[in-house]
Amino acid sequence: MTHKTIRVGGLTRVEGEGALVVRARDGRVVDLRLSIYEPPRFFEALLRGRAYTEPPDITARICGICPVAYQMSACQAIEAACGVEVTGPLRDLRLLLYYGEWIESHALHIYLLHAPDFLGYDSGIAMAADHRVHVERGLALKKAGNELVATLGGRAIHPVNVRVGGFHRVPRRQELAGVAERLREAREHALATVAWVGGFDFPDVEHDYRFLALRHPGEYAILSGSVATGDGGGFPVERWPEHVAEEQVPGTTAMHARLDGAAGYLVGAMARYSLNSGSLSPLARAAARDAGLGDVCRNPFRSIVVRAVEIVHACDEALRIIGGYTEPDAPAVPVEPRPGTGHGASEAPRGTLYHRYRIDADGLIAAADIVPPTSQNQARIEEDLRDLVEPRLGLPREELVALCERVVRNHDPCISCATHFLDLCLDAR
Amino acid sequence: MAGPVPRLAVWKFASCDGCQLTLLDCEDELLSLAAEVEIAYFLEASSAPGPGPYDLSLVEGSVTTPADAERIRHVRRVSRRLVTIGACATAGGIQALRDFADVREFASVVYARPEYIATLERSTAISANVPVDFELRGCPIDKRQLLEVITAFLAGRRPVVPRHSVCVECKARGNVCVLVAHGTPCLGPVTQAGCGALCPAYNRGCYGCFGPSETTNTAALNTRLRELGMSDPELVRVYRTFNATEEPFLRASEEAEGDA
Repeated sequence: MTHKTIRVGGLTRVEGEGALVVRARDGRVVDLRLSIYEPPRFFEALLRGRAYTEPPDITARICGICPVAYQMSACQAIEAACGVEVTGPLRDLRLLLYYGEWIESHALHIYLLHAPDFLGYDSGIAMAADHRVHVERGLALKKAGNELVATLGGRAIHPVNVRVGGFHRVPRRQELAGVAERLREAREHALATVAWVGGFDFPDVEHDYRFLALRHPGEYAILSGSVATGDGGGFPVERWPEHVAEEQVPGTTAMHARLDGAAGYLVGAMARYSLNSGSLSPLARAAARDAGLGDVCRNPFRSIVVRAVEIVHACDEALRIIGGYTEPDAPAVPVEPRPGTGHGASEAPRGTLYHRYRIDADGLIAAADIVPPTSQNQARIEEDLRDLVEPRLGLPREELVALCERVVRNHDPCISCATHFLDLCLDAR
Repeated sequence: MAGPVPRLAVWKFASCDGCQLTLLDCEDELLSLAAEVEIAYFLEASSAPGPGPYDLSLVEGSVTTPADAERIRHVRRVSRRLVTIGACATAGGIQALRDFADVREFASVVYARPEYIATLERSTAISANVPVDFELRGCPIDKRQLLEVITAFLAGRRPVVPRHSVCVECKARGNVCVLVAHGTPCLGPVTQAGCGALCPAYNRGCYGCFGPSETTNTAALNTRLRELGMSDPELVRVYRTFNATEEPFLRASEEAEGDA
């Protein structure tokens, strides 16, 4: 019997902290677990008893990289509970804010976290020594996204301007005109990014993913929509609890989610792209085609190209919204609390983010449930890892660890969200 | 600059990653900063963590698990200077709301098998665990202040970070006072500056994310907030957000709770 142990302590270039534990016997993986050792922070518990107006500010603190996603899913769930729908220019402004977050988050992941894997560097900063033009372009792109979020939201991390019903203050046309200038440059940088990452050397891997993402008529769904599953099925967001169940597994503070009883479905950029690529802006679609992406992407290493395409789309759509923007009469629609339960879902840069709140007659939160993208992807990431590791158990330890980290990074996991990353312990016999 | 390049480390405890992300958000300064220091340990940004000791450690997040209570002592041992960044590291953060509840009950609400979860009953600031050289406040911290703190420590001087209230920044920015002019409840008078009086500039009251300022008169503010129609439970909630266990905010919330 052959036996081997590999341990990776502290997964790097991911958001949050975790580890990977692999046990193998006689050349077969018998146990593989992504162990998330982020300390639990108990958001769902501490939201109880807070006012229905508070979740946008509080749940933003779940994640410093995608606070807008938390604010948007929270607002929509609460508005649904109160029987209000935010439409028109206020909805456009929400989309605009969200595009800002997509641009900065994807630019961060592509340039500082993911691209170093393809070019053989430890960090984006180390990569800058030889690829300074590219890294500077990435930082400029990221800055444009952050500026959009800061203009609309007050600041790039934990924006202060979002409220249930809309905003505290809406931007003047001329405030957005300055951002539009920056976004036009960003769109060029985004197109250059697609061409750059499209030329990387991709391992020839395809997985038979079951995708889940929102779908919205006439839109590449981000802010809202109904849930589409890769098998052609789907359900409205308010049916989420009937279809998605979270289960706890030992050795991790994150939950595993199951879709209709089965684990291992995938949310995120590849899921969105594969289910909705026809709804991308014409420019983004053309960029995707030129980079060699078909209508569906099943090669997880190519997710970096999909993210770049999504930045083109985000810049394009943001510019369209700014071009047609007229200041709304009021910064928010009134939302009066009423007892009931509301569901909200939106597409965080890392995938579908679901919130549910039960509100009591006093307008206080009686119960909260939050399902972040990474806990949904965790089981599927483990399957990707298992496929990778088993045929390569004979590789030198360092090489195998690096490969595992690449596989995990393909999915841009956010561990703070999931509580919610990677220490590889490979115990192979 | 002669001599060895200073070595920087960035550590994360219970938090959202937002404060360390602030470092990566210094888009215009990141590459020049990287030329001045060796980023020796920064898991979010680099897969080549180097061993200590480190000249400057930036610590994000609060201590909430037995393992982290051990780890922070290790971080202190390998750090010449230790600076906390953000409300979690300086005041326990949003997760310190457990301090007002039963953490086992909290765990049972979130997890079906709370026995798998190792957690402490309280979420504590780093300074409650080990000596700290400087605390940078904010939820999240402000980018300009972070650069000031790093530059100051590299230059061997104390950082210049004001402890006065948000009101001063509001005046400097030319904001109309939302409390006086609009009757909007605002924690600006008792909250430390640093954000640039952001919330009032966006037509809302300050919600205290930078924690208490150097001198506070929460009793007077509470009187005014009650006149504006805030109930005691609302007062308790407004102080108990991201800096709930900081002394003046804690006292103010307990005062309101006592009256409730």
